[in-house]
Amino acid sequence: MTIYLNKDSKIIVQGITGGMGSKHTNLMLQADSNIVGGVNARKAGTTVELNGKELPVFGTVKEAMEATGADVSVAFVPPAFTKDACIEAIDAEIPLLVVITEGVPVQDSAEVFAYLQGKKTRMIGPNCPGIISPEESLAGITPHTIAGKGPVGLVSKSGTLTYQMMYELRDFGFSTAIGIGGDPIIGTTHIDALEAFENDPETKAIVMIGEIGGDAEERAAAYIKDNVTKPVVGYVAGFTAPEGKTMGHAGAIVSGSSGTAQAKKEALEAVGVKVGKTPSETAALMREILQSL
Amino acid sequence: MEYQAKELFAKHGVTTTLGTVVETAEAAKAAAEEIGGVTVIKAQVKAGGRGKAGGVKLAKTADEAFEHASNILGMEIKGLTVNRVLVTPATPPVEEYYFSFLLDRSNRSHLCIASVEGGVEIEEVAKTNPEAVRQIPIDALEGVTPEKAAAIVDEAKFPAELRDQAIEMVQALWKVYVEEDATLVEVNPLARLEGDKLEALDGKVSLDDNASEFRHPDHAQFEIREEADPLEAKAKDLGLNYVKLDGAVGIIGNGAGLVMSTLDVVAYAGEAHGGVKPANFLDIGGGANATVMANGLDVILNDPQVKSVFVNVFGGITACDEVANGIKGALEILGDNATKPLVVRLDGNNVEEGRRILDELDHPLVTQVDTMDGAADKAAELANA
Repeated sequence: MTIYLNKDSKIIVQGITGGMGSKHTNLMLQADSNIVGGVNARKAGTTVELNGKELPVFGTVKEAMEATGADVSVAFVPPAFTKDACIEAIDAEIPLLVVITEGVPVQDSAEVFAYLQGKKTRMIGPNCPGIISPEESLAGITPHTIAGKGPVGLVSKSGTLTYQMMYELRDFGFSTAIGIGGDPIIGTTHIDALEAFENDPETKAIVMIGEIGGDAEERAAAYIKDNVTKPVVGYVAGFTAPEGKTMGHAGAIVSGSSGTAQAKKEALEAVGVKVGKTPSETAALMREILQSL
Repeated sequence: MEYQAKELFAKHGVTTTLGTVVETAEAAKAAAEEIGGVTVIKAQVKAGGRGKAGGVKLAKTADEAFEHASNILGMEIKGLTVNRVLVTPATPPVEEYYFSFLLDRSNRSHLCIASVEGGVEIEEVAKTNPEAVRQIPIDALEGVTPEKAAAIVDEAKFPAELRDQAIEMVQALWKVYVEEDATLVEVNPLARLEGDKLEALDGKVSLDDNASEFRHPDHAQFEIREEADPLEAKAKDLGLNYVKLDGAVGIIGNGAGLVMSTLDVVAYAGEAHGGVKPANFLDIGGGANATVMANGLDVILNDPQVKSVFVNVFGGITACDEVANGIKGALEILGDNATKPLVVRLDGNNVEEGRRILDELDHPLVTQVDTMDGAADKAAELANA
């Protein structure tokens, strides 16, 4: 099994006609994702041909879902329109919404998160690479060629560190690798993914990648202590980040003495999570665990 | 800075006194003369604790204003040089309160923090008298309605005779927070003046860059270019995501997480090489074409502290051959200006072709190393040579 996304997932793309949307829909099709259509209000009723497949374009997420039975939407929408695109998808009750867009104003994300409460949608992102269940489906921009199916579950704030870790452990493979995004407010957290991996029988061990800013890793550590029985290996980026500077990701900032990599590492180690000093060392720690299983 | 925060306060109807911002002692004197009476001369830097550092002084006369301004201008507060002071009328507060709206990452919403004990750092009050610091969650969909504002004021226990004024001010501050897309709006002290007048005496506003980008082009005015690090300013002009640090190994990579990790791995490897450290953060993002690579290298090679450069790329969507061609093109563009050794680690999409291009280039400055840890070690070694 996988988490959140599998070979039966039917995917639509919000913003399918845009540059990013069409490029990555193409790549998702190459990864054998079951893309069933797209959404663009201005191009409703037309079709787009991507990777040799003719895809219908709908005016709304709701219409797309009714016509195709889609249960996943991937949004490649410019930041100014992301909030509305999310609310539309939530109103349509899409089960999984993956928001790739970088640069969404954080007050918009706060509004969307508040709107999500009590609704039927799980949101991943924004500012994330999305989710891949290798050899089954890809909803996002993670290269599908890095690694195949296997026993490792991966959850990470960072896209490129997701790729790096998948590459390091490509001989073992992954059940699902999920990039939750580097913004201060995101829909799916480390804790959500840990819970799903804990409940997924095919996931035997979990790699959790964090970075400076906020307290998501500390909270994840507390969650692991009480709820996760599977082995977890961690990595935290940003030990050398200066205080008060945003390091690429909008959420990656040390404020005063909070949000430091050191504090996160210590919190994880305190609950028995082995934390690597480098991505390679982290992979080596996971390798040891996998070989002993 | 304070005077900029106050401009935003005034714009949205928060009671405050703007005062006059000046860059010379002469101008401070003139401003004090115009204001008349006792004035306050306040250092304008993006740092707290200005009073403790001697950056806030009371001036009874215009001549005293001149004297204080000459002392404060040029002073360093928490590593920041004071280039301007704010001259305001002295309005001694009867009582000092604290008030802020801020982004609450943990709860993925907004939070209001209010206290009747203000004028000092709120973290201190939270330690010594936690009961006096009220934290009130704000619903991101509902925002701060008049009813919510009243509830906040009552919860904070602001004095009854100030209740109506406080409710109005809370709503005006929420307007600053929402309409400017702020992540922090702080008033400290929120002062009760003679005659029970409530005023924002000092404040701080942090703005969300993501929102400023397309919703608030006017926010660009708050950036003071001459005070930015020159390399950071140059990188910004080139559209690069760059942060200057003070080590000797220049870093270029793709993706914020991988670049942060690269800095750490270099610092870690540097322990064995005289303690060399990373010189910067530079994320060239997904499309690493020759121009972006050349611009990045140009910024980094212009950093006199840089002794070696580590290019660390994991080809996800980006193919490594494009990156290799980017490096090749950059070296051609830079010509003789490229003078420092480059350690390149390529992995991922199309790596064989990428490595082949660099092998073929056979540039005397370029060393290829296959792993991230190994490349970091090599770059640290070269920086320490």
